[in-house]
Amino acid sequence: MGFSILKTALAGVVVLGSMAATAVLAQDVTVGLITKTETNPFFVKMREGAQAKAKELGVKLITAAGKFDGDNDGQVAAIENLISAGAKGFAIVPSDSKAIVPTIKKARDAGLMVIVLDTPLDPMNAATATFATDNRKAGMLIGQWAAKTMGDKAKDANIVLLDLATNQPTVDYLRDQGFMAGFGIDVKDPNKYGDEDDKRICDHEISQGDQEKGRTAMENALTKCPNVNLVYTINEPAAAGAWEALKAVGKDDGSVMIVSVDGGCPGVKNVEAGVIGATSQQYPLKMASMAMEAIASGKIPDIDPKVGFLDTGAQLVTAKPVDGVPSISVDEGLKLCWG
Amino acid sequence: MSDDSTGSTSAERGLKGAEQTVASFEEPDAGFVRKLQGFLHEYPTSIPFIVLLIGVVIFAIAAPGKFLSPLNLSVVLQQVTIIAILGIAQTLVILTAGIDLSVGAIMILCTVVMGRTAVVYGVPVIVAFPLGLLCGITCGVINGLIVTKLRLPPFIVTLGTWSIFGALNVFYSQSETIRQQDMEAAAPFLQLTGTLIKPFQAFQSWGLQLDFLRGWVLTYGSILMVLVAIAIWYILSKTAFGRHVYATGDDPDSARLAGINTNRTLVGVYGLAGLICAIAAWAFIGRIGGVSPQAGQTANLDSITAVVIGGTSLFGGRGSIIGTVIGALIVGVFRNGLALSGLELLWQDFAVGVLIIVAVTIDQWIRKISA
Repeated sequence: MGFSILKTALAGVVVLGSMAATAVLAQDVTVGLITKTETNPFFVKMREGAQAKAKELGVKLITAAGKFDGDNDGQVAAIENLISAGAKGFAIVPSDSKAIVPTIKKARDAGLMVIVLDTPLDPMNAATATFATDNRKAGMLIGQWAAKTMGDKAKDANIVLLDLATNQPTVDYLRDQGFMAGFGIDVKDPNKYGDEDDKRICDHEISQGDQEKGRTAMENALTKCPNVNLVYTINEPAAAGAWEALKAVGKDDGSVMIVSVDGGCPGVKNVEAGVIGATSQQYPLKMASMAMEAIASGKIPDIDPKVGFLDTGAQLVTAKPVDGVPSISVDEGLKLCWG
Repeated sequence: MSDDSTGSTSAERGLKGAEQTVASFEEPDAGFVRKLQGFLHEYPTSIPFIVLLIGVVIFAIAAPGKFLSPLNLSVVLQQVTIIAILGIAQTLVILTAGIDLSVGAIMILCTVVMGRTAVVYGVPVIVAFPLGLLCGITCGVINGLIVTKLRLPPFIVTLGTWSIFGALNVFYSQSETIRQQDMEAAAPFLQLTGTLIKPFQAFQSWGLQLDFLRGWVLTYGSILMVLVAIAIWYILSKTAFGRHVYATGDDPDSARLAGINTNRTLVGVYGLAGLICAIAAWAFIGRIGGVSPQAGQTANLDSITAVVIGGTSLFGGRGSIIGTVIGALIVGVFRNGLALSGLELLWQDFAVGVLIIVAVTIDQWIRKISA
């Protein structure tokens, strides 16, 4: 009872629209942030960005996460809690981009604004708006860089791809196919990897984005492709694992080039150390703080309808820039890195 | 127990006339099966060993020239090292009819304690490394004390501590990765387990030309695994503590009546398992070169898989360290072999699942002989 009286009172204050009242209102605005997991540095940085912005805007932030990557039930519970808490809206990185859709619809029907971050929903328009890295473009950048760096030798490349998971989640095929397109490989179906017939592709392995499993995947790939000279990796932990496998067989002599996507601090430092040739950096902090701003103000920035989502940008980080592929230096990358 | 046996004896007495004909009718077939059952009961490690051989033969045919190469077999050995060490810890606990769901979490926590203390906080490795070992022992002893003092089932206890140790990992690591290069600069000792040895060259430098070793590559981590296996095998089979472990797992009431302090045995088992997890942590740092607080998510269940496939009974009291090492090798051989044959990860998971169910079915069947 008391709560609805308060709400009516607040509504009245809003109608008046006085500056002093806005401050009072802001104190009572609750926003949410739901990430895939609590522990991944990418999400840790996202939470930091959201917390800083929420503090600046004077809104109350509730954060939640799934127990593991792929935990849909945990995210459903988190959304239900936010609806109960009377949140104005929330930002979410969906673990399962299809299964979460009905729950997101429930939240939007209850009047919450839902900004999807990083991983678009399927269908994308189930969210109020999507702020994400253009992962295909991120992949394309490292593909173009690798092709230019190899020059004439690109036509004799022997490529191993360390992907994320067997079920090919969106981010997985977008980066992989973007890389191939950038390198100049006919990707056939652009939303699926493994159907290409380019002779330069020697092997696809699954790394699960994990450093130890990345090493195992590279070890198995080396048995199949002893002449590998270019390795694409889904993220930088997988790249670091692949490097250990290459080092163990003496292929850390510059004969094999590794490219990756993410832009975490350890990854950028590995670019500096020459372990990774180039990586596409993405910006989780920016995603989260823009989402907080949009929810608190109720205003969504303009989004290009052709793209369908707000691209928060991806930049190539490399110590060896090439003509025609825009990139930033390792120092700049280190300033912008996360994790 | 004694009530049951008198019950069955009197029941048998009543059925005596009919039973004899049935027995003679099935005799030739039952004779062979019984013998096999008896043989397997006596030598339970023979099953995993046979499965391992079958796997090797299958993949030698399915991936000709690749699977059997010394380099690839060396790689399989390196790939199973960590799970084998964790499996040894798990075997100890499972022998007491318990289960430890927290072994993977303890291992990762210890990698963080060793690595972060040395690299980020700049503590000398001579302190940081023992601190990591102590972390493992402490985690294990906590498990053991909760199991014995609060009398809770090990499954529940370690389900809880799995979560707790995972949270402590996030707290202490800040989810920050430690890179191979930073580790090399600050604490190369922690990477020692990843050091490669080429036995052929090593023997050659001593003047021995052993051609069959050509192409093999070992790591200190794999040697560490063998040493841990030998040490725990010795403890289990040659010491009083080891006999107490089996006795406690087989029948805790009888063990207590025989004068064994089962609580102390259990705390010892969990503590020792924790120490072994810390040793696995050292091997883990060697394998990935640094520390990744995100890694090792599946290690808990992988270790149980190795133990079960290795023929150790989940009901306690029966099983062996060598079985677990072979169990880990089986999983490694199937995963590597299927990958080299070009099959996707999902079929590797499928094969491992089949192996688990077959292993437990055989275990149940062997157990009948002692019933």
